[in-house]
Amino acid sequence: MSSLSDPPAELFRLSQLINDTRYRSITFQFIALILLIVAMAYLGLNLVQNLTAAGLNISYGFLGEPSGYDINQTLVDYTSQSTHWRAAVVGVLNTLLVAVLGCIMATIIGVFVGVLRLSNNWLVRKLMSIYVEIFRNVPVLIWILIIFFVMTASMPGPRSFRGEDASASMVLDSIAFTSQGVFTPGVVGGFGAGLLLLVVIASIIGVVAYGRHVKKKLFDEGKVLPGWPRFVILFAPALLVYAAISVTVGASKHNLVVATDLVQPGVSLSAFSDAAIEGKFRPVYCLVEGATESATAKAAWLNTSAMDMRNPGGLKMKTEYFASQDAAKAGFDAGECNMISLPAGDATAAAAASDTPAVALSDQIRNGAPLALDQTYLGNFRFTDGITVRGSLIALWFALSIYTAAFIAENVRAGILAVSKGQTEAAASLGLRPGRIMNLVVLPQALRVIIPPLISQYLNLTKNSSLAIAVGYMDLTGTLGGITLNQTGRAIECVLLLMLFYLTISLAISALMNVYNNAVKLKER
Amino acid sequence: MSDTHAQTVAYVRDTMLPQQTPPASQTGVVHWMRENLFKGWFNTILTLLAVLVIYRLLSGALPWFLGGIWTTDSLAECRDILQGATGGCFSVLTERWNQLLFGFKYPPDQYWRLILAFVLLGGAAAPVLFNHLPRKMLYITMLYPFVAFWLIWGGTIIAPLMALAGFVAGYMAFKKVEYQSFAMGALAFVVAAAVAWFIGGFIANAAGGFLALEPVASRDMGGFMLNMILGVVCVSLSLPIGIVLALGRQSDMPIIKWICVLFIEFIRGVPLITLLFVANVVLAYFLPPGTSFDLIIRVIIMITAFSSAYIAEVIRGGLAALPRGQYEAADSLGLDYAQATRLIIMPQALKISIPGIVNVAVGLFKDTTLVSVISMFDLVGMIRGPILASTEWNGVYWELWGFAVFLFFIVCYSISQYSQWLERQLQTDHH
Repeated sequence: MSSLSDPPAELFRLSQLINDTRYRSITFQFIALILLIVAMAYLGLNLVQNLTAAGLNISYGFLGEPSGYDINQTLVDYTSQSTHWRAAVVGVLNTLLVAVLGCIMATIIGVFVGVLRLSNNWLVRKLMSIYVEIFRNVPVLIWILIIFFVMTASMPGPRSFRGEDASASMVLDSIAFTSQGVFTPGVVGGFGAGLLLLVVIASIIGVVAYGRHVKKKLFDEGKVLPGWPRFVILFAPALLVYAAISVTVGASKHNLVVATDLVQPGVSLSAFSDAAIEGKFRPVYCLVEGATESATAKAAWLNTSAMDMRNPGGLKMKTEYFASQDAAKAGFDAGECNMISLPAGDATAAAAASDTPAVALSDQIRNGAPLALDQTYLGNFRFTDGITVRGSLIALWFALSIYTAAFIAENVRAGILAVSKGQTEAAASLGLRPGRIMNLVVLPQALRVIIPPLISQYLNLTKNSSLAIAVGYMDLTGTLGGITLNQTGRAIECVLLLMLFYLTISLAISALMNVYNNAVKLKER
Repeated sequence: MSDTHAQTVAYVRDTMLPQQTPPASQTGVVHWMRENLFKGWFNTILTLLAVLVIYRLLSGALPWFLGGIWTTDSLAECRDILQGATGGCFSVLTERWNQLLFGFKYPPDQYWRLILAFVLLGGAAAPVLFNHLPRKMLYITMLYPFVAFWLIWGGTIIAPLMALAGFVAGYMAFKKVEYQSFAMGALAFVVAAAVAWFIGGFIANAAGGFLALEPVASRDMGGFMLNMILGVVCVSLSLPIGIVLALGRQSDMPIIKWICVLFIEFIRGVPLITLLFVANVVLAYFLPPGTSFDLIIRVIIMITAFSSAYIAEVIRGGLAALPRGQYEAADSLGLDYAQATRLIIMPQALKISIPGIVNVAVGLFKDTTLVSVISMFDLVGMIRGPILASTEWNGVYWELWGFAVFLFFIVCYSISQYSQWLERQLQTDHH
């Protein structure tokens, strides 16, 4: 009858741009793009005008200039002569330090509280929910400031530790809580510490390998292997190596050799120490470079010379480091130092061969164990040696931990509740024992729920660590975003770098989270 | 038949025994305590530990609180009265009450304006928070921003009235054009509002001091009031922006989607404090030369941007949780995008997102204390700055920080309790 013909082509009308769904999205995107470009151009133009008006430019040259300010808590070498870039690196490390410490402690407290919130003990349950509600509902900044106040204003000053009837005393005779911070003994590596570290690493690998072996046996053959060998693998080799080093190399003795212009032959070590403490001479010690010998020798010297809190003045001992034992001997001969420690057989020979007349004091110093405690002691004005943890770091660390732990506790609780009771019952009906039910059935399912929010809590903690600036802890916000910014006036550059750092961390952690989520997601058919 | 047993068996009872009371260990307080406090040795230890903790806390805090002094003018005076006895110097709270709440620069004879604005906030928030109140009360809510602005900042009432007129003009224009399409309506709104504001600017300038209150500069705001202003303003502004961002991120227009994604991920990746640095030292470089923006406005802009990114993510979660069928059903009814979003999608998505939105709001309110770092005198800034630095009160820590903890706890805890109540109210499925 009639052939179908194409409908007449519609003329394109302008209203189609907004009414026709085929074109509308293009119109909108075009408008959005134009608006964005205009806004960016406007802001950029303003920026250029403002910068020229102020005689500034965008440049990162200031990062290479000396910073000129001190940082009281650093993980790497830093002086006021270091560059702004170095200060920023110190800040980054401090940020990471408090973030890692905070995450560990927040996890421990959070898991603990979360589990206790599900306890069948009414009192404990209520106590824990009060903890969670109080800490969740008050700004973390207030908690930081409160703990900072506790750590500074309400702690005794170093002076209170001095004298016969001191008003404050060290906890366990080794940890001092003062208004300047907390001073604790540090652990220093002595002879064979590197070997010990290698052994420990190997043990950890061994434990993991054993765990895999146990799992494989269980899944493939249904054999249940005991769990205790893990502890044996973890601790036994390290203990053996520690004992072996202590008994062999560690027990070999050194003589403390002292220049004769300081002491007369036949003087005992304690008399020598007393003379030093009374300020009759200034001991300068020649030590061999490297953690092992120098740290042990120093610790031994500290112990034998009774130079601790009983000697309020403390003993200022200068240390010169040398690359090898021979170089140290040469330094001793050259008069760069007046004390040196030499292996027992070597002492007299060294003294005889030496240009500098010297006596070997009768008391002998042992090399010591691979690990030694670096005790802190009260010096002239403050505690020295050991590890110093500033009140600002403690305030930030504890406040972030207990604040974040309140959120983690809720995540943990939700995760445990998310595993339905039927799962436990089904596992029990298969004949599994309670411990095995927890390990094989409940925990794997609960962790899948707990870990993603846990990681975002870690992220929050890391971002909140920027509040360090409120208590003067020198994290990146305190160095780059604080003093550097104020000194150089490079606001745009500093803030940009600051944001870039936090953005990188956030993206890295979310990438990690995605990897994890993919790994644990339900493998469905 | 009833006497059958009586004849055959001698000792069968044919009446019921009266019910005995359960043994003492199975009822009342004893049973409860056995079940909840002393079930097994481990629980007993836990209970004892908990009692010890509670005792330590109370024995420290109660004498301090009960022995507190409320009426002195300085710390020295307070310590004189205490004579070494345990007790807090709470007189810092009574003496600096106004500073803690309103900051130290707001003219004291104008405090009534702030109190009135706070009371009106209750009236404005009530119809939003409680669904069963008369809907007419929403008019109060709509008028509130303008009234509150006038009350808090002062100046002539013409300026906020003109701002209101702009919105009214815009709304009327929107209604006129709405039948064409939502986009045309929105365009009409913007044009009409802009025209009204332009004209209104002249009128406000000409009207001068009509019904003028004493003007107060933004930098004079402080104390807990500043936290409240920042919290309320930023949350209210970030809700609509967050909705737009969430819709933009879900949209299938690639350019718009990527703008939203970049904005959200950037903001969520950096700490709020860096954004406050931007507000403090960087933002000025991006404004036209010669313009000086109030610090408080700059801070509001940055905090709003911050919280809208978080709210956008929460709402995106709500949108993603909606079953696909809801979108398809809306399409099959012939609704266009704006209608479907407004009538079908958003009401359900927002309902799902309520807990998340409240979380963000509480978090944001807590984060308003961060402005003290860029030397604004909010509650924390007031305590750290003018009060602790003053000679009278140098050294009063626990009382002041305890007060700050108390204020924030009250506000945040009631918000979260409200959200739980609302969730129960909105529950439409059966449990």
